[in-house]
Amino acid sequence: MTARAVVTGLGIVASNGIGRDAYWAATLAGRSGIGRITRFDPTPYPARLAGEVSGFAAEELLPSRLLPQTDRMTRFALVGADWAFADAGIRPQELPEFDMGVATASHAGGFEFGQNELKALWSRGGQYVSAYQSFAWFYAVNSGQISIRNGMRGPSSVVVSDQAGGLDAVAQARRQIRKGIPLMVAGAMDSSICPWGWVAQLACGRISVSEAPDRAYLPFDAEACGYVPGEGGALLIIEEADHARRREAPQVYGEIAGYAATFDPRPGSGRDSGLRRAIEQALRDAEIPPDGIDVVFADAAATPELDQVEATAITGVFGPGGVPVTAPKTMTGRLYSGAAPLDLAAALLSIRDGIIPPTTHVRLADRYEIDLVRNAPRTAPVRAALVLARGYGGFNSAMVVRAPT
Amino acid sequence: MSTAQTGSFTDDDLRRILREGAGSDESVDLDGDILDSTFEELGYDSLALLETGSRIEREYQITLEDDAVSGVRTPRELIDLVQQRLAARPS
Amino acid sequence: MTAAGDRRVVITGIGVIAPGGVGVKDFWQLLTDGRTATRRISFFDPSPFRSQVAAEVDFDPELHGLRPQEIRRMDRAAQFAVVTARQAVRDSGLEFDALDPLRTGVTIGSAVGATMGLDQEYRTVSDGGRLDLVDHRYAVPHLYNYLVPSSFAAEVAWAVGAEGPVSVVSTGCTSGLDAVGYAAEVIREGTADVMVAGATDAPISPITVACFDAIKATTPRNDDPEHASRPFDASRNGFVLGEGAAVFVLEELSVARARGATIYAEVAGYATRSNAFHMTGLRPDGREMAEAIRVALAEARLDPEDIDYVNAHGSGTKQNDRHETAAFKRSLGEHAWRVPVSSIKSMIGHSLGAIGSIEIAASVLAMTHHVVPPTANLHNPDPECDLDYVPLVARDWRTDAVLSVGSGFGGFQSAMVLARPDRDRR
Repeated sequence: MTARAVVTGLGIVASNGIGRDAYWAATLAGRSGIGRITRFDPTPYPARLAGEVSGFAAEELLPSRLLPQTDRMTRFALVGADWAFADAGIRPQELPEFDMGVATASHAGGFEFGQNELKALWSRGGQYVSAYQSFAWFYAVNSGQISIRNGMRGPSSVVVSDQAGGLDAVAQARRQIRKGIPLMVAGAMDSSICPWGWVAQLACGRISVSEAPDRAYLPFDAEACGYVPGEGGALLIIEEADHARRREAPQVYGEIAGYAATFDPRPGSGRDSGLRRAIEQALRDAEIPPDGIDVVFADAAATPELDQVEATAITGVFGPGGVPVTAPKTMTGRLYSGAAPLDLAAALLSIRDGIIPPTTHVRLADRYEIDLVRNAPRTAPVRAALVLARGYGGFNSAMVVRAPT
Repeated sequence: MSTAQTGSFTDDDLRRILREGAGSDESVDLDGDILDSTFEELGYDSLALLETGSRIEREYQITLEDDAVSGVRTPRELIDLVQQRLAARPS
Repeated sequence: MTAAGDRRVVITGIGVIAPGGVGVKDFWQLLTDGRTATRRISFFDPSPFRSQVAAEVDFDPELHGLRPQEIRRMDRAAQFAVVTARQAVRDSGLEFDALDPLRTGVTIGSAVGATMGLDQEYRTVSDGGRLDLVDHRYAVPHLYNYLVPSSFAAEVAWAVGAEGPVSVVSTGCTSGLDAVGYAAEVIREGTADVMVAGATDAPISPITVACFDAIKATTPRNDDPEHASRPFDASRNGFVLGEGAAVFVLEELSVARARGATIYAEVAGYATRSNAFHMTGLRPDGREMAEAIRVALAEARLDPEDIDYVNAHGSGTKQNDRHETAAFKRSLGEHAWRVPVSSIKSMIGHSLGAIGSIEIAASVLAMTHHVVPPTANLHNPDPECDLDYVPLVARDWRTDAVLSVGSGFGGFQSAMVLARPDRDRR
C-alpha cells in the first residue's frame, strides 16, 4: 500500500508575520507586510514596493559562526526548519540519521550574498572573494545547510522551477516518503531583495510599478498591473503517516493528497495553458472530485493575461463561482519558490481552523467568474484545499492537501 | 582598527578578523585566554581558517602559503606566522 | 500501461558536449585515447587568479544549429543543454511529435545556473562594481532567465515539445546524477513515459574561478595545464574547472522495446544521501556515499560483484579521492580491489553540475563498446588510493553493469547503477 505523507510541523517567515502564529493572525486580520523597500534606496527603479521581512533577528536565532557564511534566505531556512521541527515535537538528533531528508526549492539561490561577492570581485579583485562564495549562493545551499545543522543523512534534493518549485519540492518529499524515508523537511525560503536581485527581477516585466501599497498587487482586479515581490516562505515537516502516529505527533495538520505538474505549450502554438490539466491530474491523484475541494489558493500573478488563464482554468474545473478562491499572498508579496509552501501552510491552517484567509485590496473584475474571498476571512469548513503555483516560462504545479483522517 | 601600518599583528587583531570572517562560538569566550587553544576547540573549521587567512593576507599585504595556514593549530601559531611574514616584508 | 511496480527506465538517446569532444563520437574518442582537454584559461585573462587552468569547450553555437535569437537570449549553459537535448532526441529515433506531450517531461541539472551571464551582466549594470544601485537600464532584456535557471529546462522543453513535468534539479556537483535519477523516478511512478534528462554547466567565469581559489579547491598547477588534473595521484592538488553538458532520452522499458529502440542501458538503481557534515569538507570514511551505493545496488537487484566498472567522482582533490576510495571499500568489499575504477575528470575536468551526466554518458558508452576509459595523468598513485584506477590507457573490458558516483558541496552523495535490462536480477 502506498505510504501516506502527512504534515506535522510548520516553520514560516513572511513579511506580515514571522512564525506560524504571527503570520496566521496577521493574515486573518488582513494585515499586509508590503511597503516601500527599505533595504536599499529604490528611487532609481520603476518598482519600489516589496514584502520585506523586518525584525528577523538572525543573530539571536542562529549561532554567530553561521552568519558570515549564510545569505538571508538561508538564515530564514535554518530558522524555519528549527521552528518546524519544534512545532512537530521532534528533536532531529534523536532520530536515525538516514531516516531524515530534505527537499527544497530555490529561484535564485543566495542572490544577495552573490551580489556582494561579485562587487568584491569586480571592484577590488579576485582575492577579495570570500571562501564562503563556493557554496553560500548556489541553489542547493538551503538543503545542504539544513541537513548539516540537523544531522540529516537521508536523501537531499533541490528543484528550481521558478515560482512552481515550492510545490515540486514538497512533491519530491512525498516521493521519498513513498520510497521509505520516514521524515522529510520540505519547502522553500527565497529572498532576492537587493539592487542586483531587483534589477534581475524587473527584467521579467511582470512587477507592479504602483507606489500605493494597497493598490499595487491586484490579482483578478480590472486594474491588475503586476505583482509585488516578497521574501520568505515556509518549511514543512512531512512524515509517513504511521511514523507520525506511532510517535504520537502533537498535531497532524493534514495530508499531501495529490500533485501534478505540467508545462505550457511553446509560445506561439496557440494552444491552451497546461494549468487546467495540472489541476485535473492533481485531483485525480488525490482521488477527490472537484466538489470535494473547499478552497483554491491561487497563483495570482496579477497581470490580465495570466489572471485570465488562471481564472479560466479554475472555472473550467469547478464551474463559475464553484469554489472559494483566495490569494493571501496579496499580503506578503509573491515569494517565488517560497510562495507555494506558504500557501500550503495557510491551506493547512484553514483546514485546522475552518476559516479561509482573505485576498486584500482587490476589486474583483466581473470577467473572472470566480468566488474570490475578499477583505475579510470566511468561516467555512475546509476538508481539502488546492494550491496552484506557476513559474515564469510556463511551469504549472498543483497540489491538494486534505484534512487529517 | 588595523595595525597593518605599524607592522605588527596582535591577538586582538586576530580576534577581530576571526569574528568578522567566521563569527564566534557562543560557548567560547574569544576575549579570554585563547592563544593556546586549538582552532577546533574554538569552533573554527578549515573553511573558517581559509577565510581568516585570506583576510589577513589582504589587510596586511602579505602572502601565507597554503601549507603554512593549514599547518597552524592555535592562535599563537597563526600570530607567530603572520608576524614572521610581516617582518620579512620589505619596508 | 505497465503497473508502477513493474516500470523500468532505459536510456535510448545520448547527446554530449564536453571539452575536447562535442558530440558522442568525438567525446568517446577523447576518452579512449586517454587525451586531456585541460588548458590555460582562454575565456578571459587568468593571470590574476591562483588557478589558471580549465577544461574549456570550443563551441560554435551557430554550427550546432542555434539561431541568432536563441544565442542572444540563452546563457552558454542553456545553449549546451538545448544542443545536447536535440542530439539525444535525434539519436533516440523517437518521433517526439507523435508523443503525448503531457506524458513527456524534462529534467535538467545545473549547479551554478547562468553564472557566465550573471557575471557579465553584473559587471555591466554595476559599471565594474562601482555602483551599489546597479543600473537596470543597462540590463539585457532576458536577464530574468539568468536569474532563475529553470529557464534551462524551459528552453529544452520548447525544443523537444514537452508539456509534462519540467524542472531543473540543482544539487551542486551531483546535479548531473540527480537529474537523471529524478527523471527515472518520474517515469517509474507512472507520471511520464518519456523524459529528456541530463545536465549542463558553463562556470568558467571570473567569479567561479575566484571562489574556488578562495578555498584552494582548484589546482594551481598552471605550468602544466595538460597534466593538471590528477585524480588518485600522490601529486594531485585540486580539481580543474570544466564545462559541458550531457542529455539523454529516457523511456519506459516496455515502450522502448515495443518500438525497437536501441537501448543503451537501464537506469537500474539510483540513490542519494547526505553527509550532513560540512558544506565543503568530507570525512575520510565515506559512510554516506557507501550507503548511497548500497541502496542503488539493492534497487538494481545486483551484488557488488556484478559491477564491471566504477566511474568515480575522482575530482582530484586531496580529500575527495581518499573519501571516495574509502566509500568503495566500504560498499563493495573485496570487489573494490578487483573492479576497474576510473575518473574521466582527469581528461575533461570537473564541470560541476554537468559532470554527473557526462559521466553517465561515459559509463553507458563503456557498456556499448566494452572499453573502460582510463584515469589520465596517473603516474604515481597515492598509497592511500590503492585500487585499480586504470592508469593512462583505456582497457578492453566486458562491461555490462556500471556504478557511477558523485559527491558535491552541501554534502550530497549520489550513486547510480546502469545495467543491461535483460540481465539476471537477484
